[in-house]
Amino acid sequence: MANRTKMNWSDVTPRPLWLNRRALIAGMGATALASPALAKIAAQPSRFSTDAKPNTLEEITNYNNFYEFGWDKTDPAANAGQLKIDPWSVQVDGLVDRPGTYDLADIMKDRPLEERIYRFRCVEAWSMVIPWIGFELAGLLNRFGVQPSAKYVAFQTLHRPEEMPGQRAGGINWPYVEGLRLDEAMNPLTIMATGLYGENLPKQNGAPLRLVVPWKYGFKSIKSIVKISLVAEQPPTTWQQLQPSEYGFFANVNPEVNHPRWSQATERTIGGGFFASRKETLKFNGYGDEVASLYSGLDLAKNY
Amino acid sequence: MIARLDTWLKRVPNWAVWLAGFLPLAWLVWLVVSNDLGVDPVKEIEHRLGKIALWFLIGGLVITPLRKFVGLNFLRYRRAIGLLAFIYVVLHLMAWAVFDMGLLLSQAANDLFRRPYLIFGISAFILLIPLAVTSNKASIRKLGANWRRLHWLVYPAVLLGVVHYLWQMKVIRTEGWIWLAVVILLLATRIKFPKSSR
Repeated sequence: MANRTKMNWSDVTPRPLWLNRRALIAGMGATALASPALAKIAAQPSRFSTDAKPNTLEEITNYNNFYEFGWDKTDPAANAGQLKIDPWSVQVDGLVDRPGTYDLADIMKDRPLEERIYRFRCVEAWSMVIPWIGFELAGLLNRFGVQPSAKYVAFQTLHRPEEMPGQRAGGINWPYVEGLRLDEAMNPLTIMATGLYGENLPKQNGAPLRLVVPWKYGFKSIKSIVKISLVAEQPPTTWQQLQPSEYGFFANVNPEVNHPRWSQATERTIGGGFFASRKETLKFNGYGDEVASLYSGLDLAKNY
Repeated sequence: MIARLDTWLKRVPNWAVWLAGFLPLAWLVWLVVSNDLGVDPVKEIEHRLGKIALWFLIGGLVITPLRKFVGLNFLRYRRAIGLLAFIYVVLHLMAWAVFDMGLLLSQAANDLFRRPYLIFGISAFILLIPLAVTSNKASIRKLGANWRRLHWLVYPAVLLGVVHYLWQMKVIRTEGWIWLAVVILLLATRIKFPKSSR
Protein backbone atom coordinates (compact mmCIF):
# COMPACT_ATOMS: atom_id res chain seq x y z
CA MET A 1 0.00 0.00 0.00
CA ALA A 2 1.08 3.49 -0.80
CA ASN A 3 0.92 4.66 2.78
CA ARG A 4 3.16 1.86 3.89
CA THR A 5 6.03 3.01 1.75
CA LYS A 6 6.03 6.49 3.20
CA MET A 7 8.66 7.01 5.83
CA ASN A 8 7.50 8.22 9.18
CA TRP A 9 9.14 8.69 12.50
CA SER A 10 8.36 5.24 13.69
CA ASP A 11 10.56 4.05 10.86
CA VAL A 12 13.39 6.34 11.79
CA THR A 13 13.39 5.29 15.40
CA PRO A 14 13.44 1.53 15.81
CA ARG A 15 10.20 0.48 17.39
CA PRO A 16 11.70 -1.42 20.33
CA LEU A 17 13.70 1.66 21.14
CA TRP A 18 10.79 3.99 21.43
CA LEU A 19 8.71 1.42 23.17
CA ASN A 20 11.56 1.14 25.63
CA ARG A 21 11.51 4.86 26.04
CA ARG A 22 7.82 4.66 26.87
CA ALA A 23 8.69 2.24 29.64
CA LEU A 24 11.46 4.57 30.67
CA ILE A 25 9.09 7.46 31.04
CA ALA A 26 6.55 5.33 32.82
CA GLY A 27 9.16 4.22 35.30
CA MET A 28 10.66 7.63 35.97
CA GLY A 29 12.91 7.74 38.97
CA ALA A 30 15.53 5.29 40.09
CA THR A 31 14.59 2.62 37.58
CA ALA A 32 14.97 5.08 34.74
CA LEU A 33 18.64 5.42 35.52
CA ALA A 34 19.08 1.71 35.06
CA SER A 35 19.17 2.10 31.28
CA PRO A 36 21.25 5.22 30.70
CA ALA A 37 22.14 4.17 27.15
CA LEU A 38 18.63 5.06 26.01
CA ALA A 39 18.36 8.43 27.70
CA LYS A 40 20.49 10.63 25.49
CA ILE A 41 19.51 13.84 27.18
CA ALA A 42 19.95 14.05 30.89
CA ALA A 43 16.91 15.78 32.29
CA GLN A 44 15.59 16.05 35.80
CA PRO A 45 12.04 15.03 36.56
CA SER A 46 9.77 17.89 37.51
CA ARG A 47 7.05 18.36 40.08
CA PHE A 48 5.03 20.04 37.32
CA SER A 49 4.77 16.82 35.32
CA THR A 50 1.42 15.15 35.05
CA ASP A 51 1.21 11.47 35.85
CA ALA A 52 -1.08 10.96 32.87
CA LYS A 53 0.22 8.50 30.30
CA PRO A 54 2.07 10.31 27.52
CA ASN A 55 1.12 9.85 23.90
CA THR A 56 3.43 7.71 21.82
CA LEU A 57 6.33 9.30 19.98
CA GLU A 58 4.64 8.25 16.77
CA GLU A 59 1.49 10.17 17.68
CA ILE A 60 3.38 13.24 18.83
CA THR A 61 5.52 13.38 15.70
CA ASN A 62 2.87 12.61 13.08
CA TYR A 63 0.06 14.89 14.14
CA ASN A 64 1.35 18.44 13.99
CA ASN A 65 0.04 21.83 13.13
CA PHE A 66 3.14 23.49 11.75
CA TYR A 67 1.80 25.35 8.75
CA GLU A 68 5.29 26.33 7.64
CA PHE A 69 5.44 22.76 6.34
CA GLY A 70 1.90 22.39 5.00
CA TRP A 71 -1.73 22.41 6.06
CA ASP A 72 -2.19 18.75 6.89
CA LYS A 73 -1.19 17.33 10.22
CA THR A 74 1.03 14.81 8.49
CA ASP A 75 2.77 17.45 6.33
CA PRO A 76 5.29 18.54 8.97
CA ALA A 77 6.51 14.96 9.42
CA ALA A 78 6.81 14.63 5.65
CA ASN A 79 8.40 18.01 4.90
CA ALA A 80 10.34 19.17 7.94
CA GLY A 81 13.34 16.96 7.14
CA GLN A 82 14.77 19.58 4.80
CA LEU A 83 14.96 22.20 7.56
CA LYS A 84 18.53 23.03 8.59
CA ILE A 85 18.71 23.58 12.32
CA ASP A 86 22.46 23.73 12.65
CA PRO A 87 23.77 26.40 12.93
CA TRP A 88 20.97 28.09 14.86
CA SER A 89 20.98 31.40 16.58
CA VAL A 90 18.42 33.51 18.37
CA GLN A 91 18.28 37.26 18.13
CA VAL A 92 17.44 38.89 21.45
CA ASP A 93 16.46 42.52 21.35
CA GLY A 94 14.21 45.20 22.76
CA LEU A 95 14.14 46.19 26.40
CA VAL A 96 17.04 44.06 27.60
CA ASP A 97 20.45 44.94 29.01
CA ARG A 98 22.28 42.38 26.92
CA PRO A 99 20.76 42.26 23.44
CA GLY A 100 22.50 40.31 20.73
CA THR A 101 22.50 37.27 18.54
CA TYR A 102 23.03 34.21 20.66
CA ASP A 103 24.13 30.87 19.33
CA LEU A 104 21.87 27.99 20.35
CA ALA A 105 24.65 26.48 22.46
CA ASP A 106 24.93 29.80 24.21
CA ILE A 107 21.19 29.95 24.80
CA MET A 108 21.27 26.50 26.35
CA LYS A 109 24.42 27.07 28.39
CA ASP A 110 23.78 26.45 32.09
CA ARG A 111 20.06 25.94 31.50
CA PRO A 112 18.96 23.11 33.79
CA LEU A 113 17.07 20.64 31.60
CA GLU A 114 13.96 19.09 33.03
CA GLU A 115 11.47 16.63 31.72
CA ARG A 116 8.04 18.23 31.79
CA ILE A 117 5.20 15.88 30.99
CA TYR A 118 2.49 18.36 30.09
CA ARG A 119 -1.05 18.16 28.85
CA PHE A 120 -1.28 19.79 25.43
CA ARG A 121 -4.63 21.19 24.31
CA CYS A 122 -5.12 22.41 20.76
CA VAL A 123 -7.64 25.12 19.96
CA GLU A 124 -9.14 22.57 17.54
CA ALA A 125 -10.40 20.64 20.59
CA TRP A 126 -8.00 17.71 20.63
CA SER A 127 -5.36 16.96 23.20
CA MET A 128 -2.25 14.94 23.91
CA VAL A 129 0.15 14.38 26.78
CA ILE A 130 3.73 15.20 25.82
CA PRO A 131 6.98 14.48 27.65
CA TRP A 132 8.91 17.62 26.78
CA ILE A 133 12.48 18.30 27.73
CA GLY A 134 13.31 21.91 28.28
CA PHE A 135 14.16 24.70 30.64
CA GLU A 136 12.19 27.50 32.23
CA LEU A 137 11.94 30.58 30.06
CA ALA A 138 12.27 32.82 33.13
CA GLY A 139 15.87 31.79 33.72
CA LEU A 140 16.78 32.52 30.11
CA LEU A 141 15.09 35.91 30.08
CA ASN A 142 16.81 36.89 33.32
CA ARG A 143 20.16 36.21 31.70
CA PHE A 144 19.45 38.92 29.15
CA GLY A 145 18.61 41.46 31.84
CA VAL A 146 14.96 42.33 31.39
CA GLN A 147 14.44 46.05 31.85
CA PRO A 148 11.63 47.28 34.13
CA SER A 149 9.81 48.89 31.22
CA ALA A 150 9.37 45.52 29.48
CA LYS A 151 5.81 44.23 29.79
CA TYR A 152 5.60 41.61 27.05
CA VAL A 153 7.76 39.08 25.26
CA ALA A 154 7.43 38.67 21.50
CA PHE A 155 8.64 35.56 19.68
CA GLN A 156 9.29 34.89 16.03
CA THR A 157 9.64 31.66 14.07
CA LEU A 158 12.28 31.15 11.41
CA HIS A 159 11.37 32.52 7.98
CA ARG A 160 13.11 30.41 5.37
CA PRO A 161 10.73 29.68 2.50
CA GLU A 162 13.30 27.60 0.62
CA GLU A 163 13.17 25.04 3.43
CA MET A 164 9.63 25.68 4.62
CA PRO A 165 7.26 24.97 1.74
CA GLY A 166 4.24 26.35 3.60
CA GLN A 167 5.89 29.76 3.66
CA ARG A 168 5.97 29.75 -0.13
CA ALA A 169 2.18 29.48 -0.14
CA GLY A 170 -0.09 32.29 0.92
CA GLY A 171 -2.74 32.34 3.60
CA ILE A 172 -0.58 33.46 6.50
CA ASN A 173 1.55 36.54 6.86
CA TRP A 174 4.92 34.90 7.56
CA PRO A 175 6.92 34.73 9.74
CA TYR A 176 4.78 33.27 12.51
CA VAL A 177 4.80 35.49 15.58
CA GLU A 178 3.54 34.97 19.10
CA GLY A 179 3.72 36.75 22.41
CA LEU A 180 3.22 36.47 26.15
CA ARG A 181 2.68 38.93 28.92
CA LEU A 182 5.90 39.14 30.93
CA ASP A 183 4.35 37.52 34.02
CA GLU A 184 3.13 34.63 31.85
CA ALA A 185 6.58 34.26 30.36
CA MET A 186 8.14 34.25 33.85
CA ASN A 187 5.76 31.62 35.21
CA PRO A 188 7.67 28.45 36.07
CA LEU A 189 5.31 26.39 33.90
CA THR A 190 6.47 28.25 30.79
CA ILE A 191 9.37 26.43 29.21
CA MET A 192 11.55 26.49 26.15
CA ALA A 193 11.54 22.92 24.90
CA THR A 194 14.54 21.43 23.20
CA GLY A 195 13.68 17.77 23.45
CA LEU A 196 11.03 15.13 23.52
CA TYR A 197 11.05 11.60 24.87
CA GLY A 198 14.65 11.91 25.93
CA GLU A 199 15.90 13.04 22.53
CA ASN A 200 16.41 16.27 20.69
CA LEU A 201 13.22 17.85 19.50
CA PRO A 202 12.09 16.41 16.13
CA LYS A 203 11.93 19.07 13.43
CA GLN A 204 8.18 18.76 12.97
CA ASN A 205 7.73 19.58 16.64
CA GLY A 206 9.59 22.88 16.38
CA ALA A 207 13.28 22.07 16.56
CA PRO A 208 15.61 23.19 17.83
CA LEU A 209 13.90 25.52 20.26
CA ARG A 210 10.21 26.08 20.92
CA LEU A 211 7.98 27.59 23.50
CA VAL A 212 5.61 25.46 25.58
CA VAL A 213 2.86 27.19 27.56
CA PRO A 214 0.72 24.32 28.80
CA TRP A 215 -2.29 26.29 30.04
CA LYS A 216 -2.80 27.98 26.67
CA TYR A 217 -4.00 26.62 23.35
CA GLY A 218 -1.22 25.01 21.36
CA PHE A 219 -0.85 27.78 18.81
CA LYS A 220 0.69 30.00 21.51
CA SER A 221 3.57 27.54 21.85
CA ILE A 222 5.56 28.93 18.92
CA LYS A 223 8.06 26.68 17.20
CA SER A 224 11.58 27.02 15.80
CA ILE A 225 12.22 30.35 17.47
CA VAL A 226 14.81 32.74 16.00
CA LYS A 227 13.91 35.94 17.76
CA ILE A 228 12.88 36.99 21.25
CA SER A 229 12.02 40.63 21.90
CA LEU A 230 11.18 42.27 25.20
CA VAL A 231 8.64 44.98 24.51
CA ALA A 232 6.41 47.46 26.31
CA GLU A 233 3.26 47.00 24.24
CA GLN A 234 1.25 43.87 23.51
CA PRO A 235 2.84 42.41 20.38
CA PRO A 236 0.85 41.20 17.36
CA THR A 237 0.31 37.45 17.12
CA THR A 238 -0.27 35.49 13.95
CA TRP A 239 -3.64 33.93 14.70
CA GLN A 240 -5.03 37.04 16.26
CA GLN A 241 -4.08 38.99 13.13
CA LEU A 242 -5.59 36.31 10.94
CA GLN A 243 -8.94 35.97 12.71
CA PRO A 244 -9.27 38.31 15.72
CA SER A 245 -12.84 37.23 16.49
CA GLU A 246 -11.72 33.62 16.92
CA TYR A 247 -8.21 33.79 18.34
CA GLY A 248 -7.20 36.15 21.09
CA PHE A 249 -3.89 37.20 22.55
CA PHE A 250 -4.37 35.22 25.76
CA ALA A 251 -5.75 32.00 24.28
CA ASN A 252 -6.04 30.40 27.70
CA VAL A 253 -7.63 26.97 27.61
CA ASN A 254 -11.14 27.63 28.84
CA PRO A 255 -14.13 25.28 28.54
CA GLU A 256 -16.46 28.18 29.35
CA VAL A 257 -15.41 30.34 26.42
CA ASN A 258 -16.23 28.68 23.14
CA HIS A 259 -14.55 29.20 19.84
CA PRO A 260 -17.14 30.99 17.67
CA ARG A 261 -17.34 27.92 15.45
CA TRP A 262 -17.03 25.07 17.95
CA SER A 263 -17.36 24.25 21.60
CA GLN A 264 -14.32 24.17 23.84
CA ALA A 265 -16.18 22.31 26.60
CA THR A 266 -14.68 18.95 25.68
CA GLU A 267 -11.69 17.62 23.81
CA ARG A 268 -10.83 14.47 21.96
CA THR A 269 -7.76 12.72 23.31
CA ILE A 270 -5.51 11.61 20.47
CA GLY A 271 -4.78 7.92 20.82
CA GLY A 272 -7.97 7.46 22.81
CA GLY A 273 -9.47 4.95 20.39
CA PHE A 274 -12.77 5.04 18.55
CA PHE A 275 -15.13 5.24 21.49
CA ALA A 276 -15.22 7.56 24.46
CA SER A 277 -12.07 9.43 23.49
CA ARG A 278 -13.81 12.70 24.33
CA LYS A 279 -13.33 14.14 27.79
CA GLU A 280 -14.11 17.39 29.53
CA THR A 281 -11.69 20.24 29.06
CA LEU A 282 -10.22 21.71 32.23
CA LYS A 283 -9.96 25.42 32.79
CA PHE A 284 -6.38 26.56 32.17
CA ASN A 285 -5.91 23.01 30.92
CA GLY A 286 -5.80 21.87 34.55
CA TYR A 287 -3.01 24.28 35.51
CA GLY A 288 -5.28 26.69 37.35
CA ASP A 289 -3.44 26.30 40.67
CA GLU A 290 -0.31 27.64 39.06
CA VAL A 291 -1.70 30.31 36.75
CA ALA A 292 -5.27 31.35 37.61
CA SER A 293 -3.92 34.16 39.80
CA LEU A 294 -2.30 35.73 36.74
CA TYR A 295 -5.75 36.61 35.47
CA SER A 296 -7.61 37.68 38.58
CA GLY A 297 -9.89 40.55 37.74
CA LEU A 298 -9.61 39.90 34.02
CA ASP A 299 -12.80 39.08 32.11
CA LEU A 300 -11.72 35.89 30.38
CA ALA A 301 -14.72 35.93 28.06
CA LYS A 302 -13.56 39.26 26.67
CA ASN A 303 -9.86 38.51 26.94
CA TYR A 304 -9.97 35.15 25.22
CA MET B 1 -17.50 9.47 -30.65
CA ILE B 2 -19.71 10.92 -27.93
CA ALA B 3 -22.64 8.98 -29.31
CA ARG B 4 -20.65 5.74 -29.20
CA LEU B 5 -19.56 6.43 -25.66
CA ASP B 6 -23.16 7.15 -24.79
CA THR B 7 -24.33 3.85 -26.28
CA TRP B 8 -21.62 2.00 -24.43
CA LEU B 9 -22.50 3.72 -21.16
CA LYS B 10 -26.10 2.64 -21.50
CA ARG B 11 -24.92 -0.95 -21.21
CA VAL B 12 -23.47 -0.37 -17.75
CA PRO B 13 -25.93 -1.98 -15.38
CA ASN B 14 -27.19 -0.08 -12.37
CA TRP B 15 -25.79 -2.62 -9.94
CA ALA B 16 -22.33 -1.78 -11.24
CA VAL B 17 -22.89 1.83 -10.25
CA TRP B 18 -23.96 0.73 -6.78
CA LEU B 19 -20.95 -1.52 -6.50
CA ALA B 20 -18.61 1.25 -7.59
CA GLY B 21 -20.34 3.57 -5.15
CA PHE B 22 -19.43 1.37 -2.24
CA LEU B 23 -15.78 1.08 -3.23
CA PRO B 24 -14.81 4.26 -1.33
CA LEU B 25 -16.49 2.84 1.77
CA ALA B 26 -14.74 -0.49 1.33
CA TRP B 27 -11.44 1.35 0.95
CA LEU B 28 -12.11 3.33 4.12
CA VAL B 29 -13.01 0.18 6.06
CA TRP B 30 -9.78 -1.39 4.78
CA LEU B 31 -7.78 1.61 5.99
CA VAL B 32 -9.40 1.33 9.42
CA VAL B 33 -8.75 -2.40 9.65
CA SER B 34 -5.14 -2.07 8.54
CA ASN B 35 -4.67 0.85 10.94
CA ASP B 36 -3.59 3.14 8.12
CA LEU B 37 -5.55 6.26 8.97
CA GLY B 38 -2.78 7.89 10.92
CA VAL B 39 -2.74 9.22 14.41
CA ASP B 40 -6.32 10.49 14.49
CA PRO B 41 -8.46 7.91 12.67
CA VAL B 42 -11.69 9.43 14.01
CA LYS B 43 -11.21 12.75 12.25
CA GLU B 44 -9.98 10.94 9.15
CA ILE B 45 -13.07 8.72 8.95
CA GLU B 46 -15.39 11.64 9.54
CA HIS B 47 -13.73 13.89 6.98
CA ARG B 48 -13.36 11.22 4.34
CA LEU B 49 -17.02 10.22 4.58
CA GLY B 50 -18.03 13.86 4.24
CA LYS B 51 -15.78 14.32 1.25
CA ILE B 52 -17.13 11.19 -0.45
CA ALA B 53 -20.68 12.43 0.14
CA LEU B 54 -19.68 15.66 -1.56
CA TRP B 55 -18.31 13.74 -4.57
CA PHE B 56 -21.62 11.97 -5.05
CA LEU B 57 -23.71 15.09 -4.48
CA ILE B 58 -21.67 16.85 -7.16
CA GLY B 59 -21.84 13.73 -9.32
CA GLY B 60 -25.61 13.99 -9.20
CA LEU B 61 -25.46 17.63 -10.29
CA VAL B 62 -23.14 16.88 -13.20
CA ILE B 63 -25.65 14.63 -14.95
CA THR B 64 -27.97 17.26 -16.39
CA PRO B 65 -25.25 19.55 -17.80
CA LEU B 66 -23.46 16.52 -19.25
CA ARG B 67 -26.62 15.59 -21.10
CA LYS B 68 -27.36 19.14 -22.15
CA PHE B 69 -23.92 20.31 -23.21
CA VAL B 70 -21.97 17.13 -23.99
CA GLY B 71 -24.67 14.73 -25.04
CA LEU B 72 -23.81 12.05 -22.52
CA ASN B 73 -26.80 10.59 -20.77
CA PHE B 74 -26.27 9.26 -17.28
CA LEU B 75 -29.82 9.92 -16.21
CA ARG B 76 -30.55 6.29 -15.46
CA TYR B 77 -27.79 6.25 -12.86
CA ARG B 78 -28.85 9.41 -11.09
CA ARG B 79 -31.01 7.71 -8.49
CA ALA B 80 -28.18 5.42 -7.47
CA ILE B 81 -25.75 8.34 -7.30
CA GLY B 82 -28.17 10.44 -5.26
CA LEU B 83 -28.92 7.63 -2.84
CA LEU B 84 -25.23 6.85 -2.48
CA ALA B 85 -24.65 10.51 -1.63
CA PHE B 86 -27.35 10.29 1.02
CA ILE B 87 -25.89 7.10 2.48
CA TYR B 88 -22.47 8.74 2.80
CA VAL B 89 -24.04 11.81 4.41
CA VAL B 90 -25.71 9.53 6.98
CA LEU B 91 -22.44 7.69 7.63
CA HIS B 92 -20.62 11.01 7.98
CA LEU B 93 -23.21 12.19 10.50
CA MET B 94 -22.99 8.91 12.41
CA ALA B 95 -19.20 9.10 12.53
CA TRP B 96 -19.54 12.58 14.00
CA ALA B 97 -22.09 11.56 16.63
CA VAL B 98 -20.55 8.26 17.64
CA PHE B 99 -16.79 8.61 17.19
CA ASP B 100 -16.18 12.34 17.32
CA MET B 101 -18.74 13.44 19.90
CA GLY B 102 -18.55 10.08 21.68
CA LEU B 103 -22.34 10.16 21.88
CA LEU B 104 -22.17 13.10 24.27
CA LEU B 105 -25.51 14.00 22.81
CA SER B 106 -26.20 17.07 24.89
CA GLN B 107 -22.96 18.65 23.78
CA ALA B 108 -23.55 17.48 20.25
CA ALA B 109 -26.99 19.09 20.28
CA ASN B 110 -25.62 22.18 21.93
CA ASP B 111 -22.90 22.43 19.31
CA LEU B 112 -25.34 21.75 16.55
CA PHE B 113 -27.49 24.77 17.16
CA ARG B 114 -24.73 27.20 17.98
CA ARG B 115 -22.16 26.52 15.30
CA PRO B 116 -23.09 27.83 11.87
CA TYR B 117 -21.07 25.21 10.02
CA LEU B 118 -22.89 22.43 11.85
CA ILE B 119 -26.24 24.05 11.13
CA PHE B 120 -25.32 24.17 7.44
CA GLY B 121 -24.34 20.52 7.49
CA ILE B 122 -27.39 19.29 9.36
CA SER B 123 -29.69 21.45 7.21
CA ALA B 124 -28.26 19.86 4.09
CA PHE B 125 -28.94 16.45 5.62
CA ILE B 126 -32.52 17.36 6.53
CA LEU B 127 -33.19 18.67 3.03
CA LEU B 128 -31.92 15.42 1.57
CA ILE B 129 -34.19 13.17 3.67
CA PRO B 130 -37.41 13.71 1.65
CA LEU B 131 -35.40 13.28 -1.54
CA ALA B 132 -34.05 9.93 -0.43
CA VAL B 133 -37.49 8.83 0.78
CA THR B 134 -39.10 9.67 -2.57
CA SER B 135 -36.39 8.10 -4.70
CA ASN B 136 -38.61 5.35 -6.05
CA LYS B 137 -40.97 4.85 -8.95
CA ALA B 138 -44.07 4.80 -6.76
CA SER B 139 -43.29 8.25 -5.34
CA ILE B 140 -42.57 9.67 -8.77
CA ARG B 141 -45.93 8.43 -9.98
CA LYS B 142 -47.76 9.61 -6.90
CA LEU B 143 -46.16 13.03 -6.69
CA GLY B 144 -46.29 13.81 -10.40
CA ALA B 145 -45.05 17.34 -11.11
CA ASN B 146 -44.50 17.90 -7.41
CA TRP B 147 -41.73 15.32 -7.46
CA ARG B 148 -39.60 17.62 -9.60
CA ARG B 149 -40.44 20.56 -7.35
CA LEU B 150 -39.46 18.56 -4.28
CA HIS B 151 -36.21 17.38 -5.79
CA TRP B 152 -35.25 20.94 -6.56
CA LEU B 153 -34.17 20.87 -2.88
CA VAL B 154 -30.98 19.15 -3.92
CA TYR B 155 -29.59 22.53 -5.05
CA PRO B 156 -29.76 24.28 -1.68
CA ALA B 157 -28.67 21.02 -0.01
CA VAL B 158 -25.44 20.78 -2.01
CA LEU B 159 -24.73 24.46 -1.53
CA LEU B 160 -25.22 24.12 2.24
CA GLY B 161 -23.05 21.03 2.21
CA VAL B 162 -20.13 22.70 0.47
CA VAL B 163 -20.36 25.78 2.70
CA HIS B 164 -20.37 23.43 5.72
CA TYR B 165 -17.18 21.88 4.35
CA LEU B 166 -15.45 25.23 3.85
CA TRP B 167 -16.61 26.73 7.12
CA GLN B 168 -15.15 24.03 9.35
CA MET B 169 -11.65 24.68 8.02
CA LYS B 170 -9.43 26.71 10.30
CA VAL B 171 -8.18 28.52 7.22
CA ILE B 172 -9.99 27.93 3.93
CA ARG B 173 -7.60 26.20 1.59
CA THR B 174 -7.45 26.29 -2.18
CA GLU B 175 -9.10 22.88 -2.37
CA GLY B 176 -12.13 24.25 -0.54
CA TRP B 177 -12.49 27.18 -2.93
CA ILE B 178 -12.26 24.82 -5.90
CA TRP B 179 -15.12 22.66 -4.56
CA LEU B 180 -17.21 25.75 -3.93
CA ALA B 181 -16.49 27.05 -7.44
CA VAL B 182 -17.49 23.71 -8.97
CA VAL B 183 -20.79 23.70 -7.08
CA ILE B 184 -21.57 27.29 -8.02
CA LEU B 185 -20.74 26.57 -11.64
CA LEU B 186 -23.00 23.53 -11.68
CA LEU B 187 -25.82 25.46 -10.05
CA ALA B 188 -25.32 28.27 -12.56
CA THR B 189 -26.04 25.87 -15.41
CA ARG B 190 -29.56 25.54 -13.94
CA ILE B 191 -30.38 29.20 -14.27
CA LYS B 192 -32.99 29.59 -16.97
CA PHE B 193 -32.58 32.72 -19.01
CA PRO B 194 -35.69 34.05 -20.71
CA LYS B 195 -35.70 32.89 -24.32
CA SER B 196 -34.52 35.55 -26.69
CA SER B 197 -37.33 36.81 -28.95
CA ARG B 198 -35.25 36.76 -32.11
